[in-house]
Amino acid sequence: MNANPVSLTVFLVLFALVACLGFVATRWRKADLHSLHEWGLGGRSFGTLITWFLLGGDLYTAYTFIAVPALMFGAGATGFFAVPYTILMYPVLFLCFPRLWAVARKHGYVTAADFVRGRFGNRPLALAVALTGIVATIPYVALQLAGMQVVIAALGIPTKLGGIPNLPLIVAFLVLAAYTYVSGLRGTALTAVVKDVLIYITVLTAIIVIPAQLGGYEKVFSSINPKALLLTPGTSDNLGQGFAYASLAVGSLLALFLYPHSLTGLLSSASSMAIRRNAILLPIYSLALALLALLGYTAVAAGIKGMPEYASGFAAFGNNFAIPALFLHMFPPWFAGVAFAAIAIGALVPASIMAIASGNLFTRNIYKEFIAPGCSPAQEARAAKLASLALKLGALFFVLLFQTSYAIQLQLLGGIWICQTLPAVLIALYTRFFNPWGLLAGWAAGIAAGTAMAVQLGLKSSIYPLHVFGLTIPCYAALSALVLNIAVGFAISVILNATSNAPRRDETAAEDYV
Amino acid sequence: MHEGKPRRKFHPVYLFLALPFACLLWVPLYNRIEPALFGIPFFYWYQMLWTVLGALCIVPVYFHEERRRK
Repeated sequence: MNANPVSLTVFLVLFALVACLGFVATRWRKADLHSLHEWGLGGRSFGTLITWFLLGGDLYTAYTFIAVPALMFGAGATGFFAVPYTILMYPVLFLCFPRLWAVARKHGYVTAADFVRGRFGNRPLALAVALTGIVATIPYVALQLAGMQVVIAALGIPTKLGGIPNLPLIVAFLVLAAYTYVSGLRGTALTAVVKDVLIYITVLTAIIVIPAQLGGYEKVFSSINPKALLLTPGTSDNLGQGFAYASLAVGSLLALFLYPHSLTGLLSSASSMAIRRNAILLPIYSLALALLALLGYTAVAAGIKGMPEYASGFAAFGNNFAIPALFLHMFPPWFAGVAFAAIAIGALVPASIMAIASGNLFTRNIYKEFIAPGCSPAQEARAAKLASLALKLGALFFVLLFQTSYAIQLQLLGGIWICQTLPAVLIALYTRFFNPWGLLAGWAAGIAAGTAMAVQLGLKSSIYPLHVFGLTIPCYAALSALVLNIAVGFAISVILNATSNAPRRDETAAEDYV
Repeated sequence: MHEGKPRRKFHPVYLFLALPFACLLWVPLYNRIEPALFGIPFFYWYQMLWTVLGALCIVPVYFHEERRRK
């Protein structure tokens, strides 16, 4: 493929604009960025609107926008699970997270592990939560960079410039690293606004223009294999694809807000009512995501898989190339440039928040807890900046050295792992019944069982068929592992609560949660 | 510190939050083609409709919360 000069120019101009904005953000709501509170949480100052942009940019990542339609393109109806998943997460957001925000505000918690440390006074449990968060985030960042790689290839930029392989990706990455380092969450919030405007322009145009050119949605759906249009119904001895679909939605929504980057976005808002308002306003993104998912079918109807000019892209990136190819095929070059800029910037925003969130985790729950307990606020902020830089470097090397498929597999494991922090974080918001050692044992059991299930499936799928009394239950491994996790945690807590009279070290009080 | 908090009484308005779960997690309810809308099978437009309905379900609970805080 040759680069189209128009697309490329539009892309580069938009990308440069956003990068500048990222640096200018240091001056926005000016504050002393030498404190973690300011650098890593934007001073907990964001109102409803900025929180909306920030969380929208955070939860609906570039990778989502490429991978969800790609899944529909390749597998059909199953890929649509992203829609119930993103609908159902908002009642949970509304109910649980204002509580977490309130207690975090009261005690100055920056991470979920901070809360666990305060609630249980148990360092190993807090460390487990922090490590799970960091480890689950790295492949997520790597996937954002992989999404950017797809766009760079689709633009026709040679991946080897001046003899250095992947130079364009490295440059884009350096831009990201630099502005995150300088401006922290402020830079991310400002770029998130631009990213969302571009994404909405792209999505609206795509869903109106492309199906019209292909003769309407009726034509689009009639070109899909009828078997792929619906989920296989259950039988008397198998609950079927429908159950797998629902379990994927539930498991994914429980995992999502436990990811460090979502918590960072939530804790940066100025009030708990801003979070509640966002539970009502954020579903607009879900509608956009649903419409984008349908573009996967549009790509089938357009027949792009058979077109020789895109063969090399599909060979390199698989079905993830479907949406970029569709845009190249259907849009005029200048608009393809806008669309690709939207996706690439859509990768920068979440990657930046993820790096900040992991930096916060490392600093608060490993560096300050175990390495330098007496560090000053400035040292703390510096450690977080360096840690977020290290994390991004790690993700970059990951993408450059390994195939994208490893990042996808690790991301699949990451989702299962992060889900296992739910009892220690979310359930703990409501009850102190669980003993920290019980929670730790449950966490270990959940991680072990979830990993074993995923490995048995060859890391290709996360739907593990459970056999119970002759009934086959195809269930998302994160969810079945979580059930085991809670059961183990409960059993051990019952025993420990009955036998031990070790005093509880809970620094939070009931009224902190309102 | 103990857990002797003034427990909030359950208000039925919170049931609104359960509605999307009931309507989306019982997959056989919508795993069908007909009735199609503008050529879009039921499976797809039903779930897309719920992106809006799901948000609307939160609205009454939000107002309840706002009143309670005053």
